[in-house]
Amino acid sequence: MIYLQLFLSFLQIGAFSFGGGYAAMPLIEEQVVTLHNWISSAEFVDLVTISQMTPGPIAVNAATFVGTRIAGLPGALVATLGCVLPSCILVTVLAMLYARYRTLSLLQGTLQALRPAVVAMIASAGLSILLSSFFGGDMVLFTMTNVDVRAVIYFAVSLYFLQRRHVNPILVMSLCGVTEVAVTLLQPLLT
Amino acid sequence: MPDMPQKKSRVLVKLFLSTLYLSAFTFGGGYVIVTLLKNKFVDQLHWIEEDEMLDLVAIAQSSPGAIAVNGAIIVGYKLCGIPGVLVSVVGAVLPPLILLSLISVGYQAFCENVIVKALLRGMQAGVAAVITSVVMDMGAKPFNERDFLSIFIMAACFVLNYFFNVNVVLLILAAALIGIVRTKWAERGKKA
Repeated sequence: MIYLQLFLSFLQIGAFSFGGGYAAMPLIEEQVVTLHNWISSAEFVDLVTISQMTPGPIAVNAATFVGTRIAGLPGALVATLGCVLPSCILVTVLAMLYARYRTLSLLQGTLQALRPAVVAMIASAGLSILLSSFFGGDMVLFTMTNVDVRAVIYFAVSLYFLQRRHVNPILVMSLCGVTEVAVTLLQPLLT
Repeated sequence: MPDMPQKKSRVLVKLFLSTLYLSAFTFGGGYVIVTLLKNKFVDQLHWIEEDEMLDLVAIAQSSPGAIAVNGAIIVGYKLCGIPGVLVSVVGAVLPPLILLSLISVGYQAFCENVIVKALLRGMQAGVAAVITSVVMDMGAKPFNERDFLSIFIMAACFVLNYFFNVNVVLLILAAALIGIVRTKWAERGKKA
């Protein structure tokens, strides 16, 4: 029964991947490549590439990609359902506990210490994206010669509009993308 | 109390559309949707307070599964209970589900397309700016309040996570422990 297998595999991925995207990758690989041979190693690399190029969490992307290949759209749906079900249950329970006990002084004190940790985690993810944007993903070669000057300009202009003018962030992101497309298409015409 | 929304059905519709729309723009990992959720529900709609949003993110982060999905679930629960959870999960999952099932047919062509590549290259710089802006807003608070323990936790977590790849769940647990010790310490001080 392929649907049940897909569901159970992605249920495990959803239940045991702590710490977000990159932590989930080895778990996904083990389930879909090593254990079940649903896709090849090369296809898994393609999947990671596509995940980086499209919105959405890698686990959900993997569920759709593998599910579609193995059992069409119903396969994609059961795999995705398996992948998000553990989150739905656990996070809802934690949210209930938070709503009930958040006024307790001990929990307040604990959460107060968690807030700066969360900001640090977001900063860490942001710095990785920033460096990958400025240096083209090549993290080893931080030299001034391979800086993507256009990326630095987009970043600086975007930051100005976000901080000083409070422009909608999605508009900012979209304009950066559209500008880079325009520049890429026009460049051959100018030189 | 933040100004709480009007009718439940309207909140559900708003929740669904927001998670759908934000999820479609979550390039570059779960933290992007977290910053976008904050922008939408804290800064624009004022349905959630900033401190509470950080608590919700901490819960989303320390639970297994994708941060983007967990973040949508917890915001959904906070605003509308169980129906909110269902609506926001569907909203968060739908964009990648649709896109990936389309792309998995002809993905070679998609990955090598010059326009797609340029669009993503440009957007990545924008994503970096969005995250930087949010970190500047939220990171300034402990400095303004001269809260040295928070500054220390922030700096230590950043170094351990970025340079030493320490798992986020461990860091969350360590920060929680510091919080518990500090609270107990303060209570003992009061009694004595």
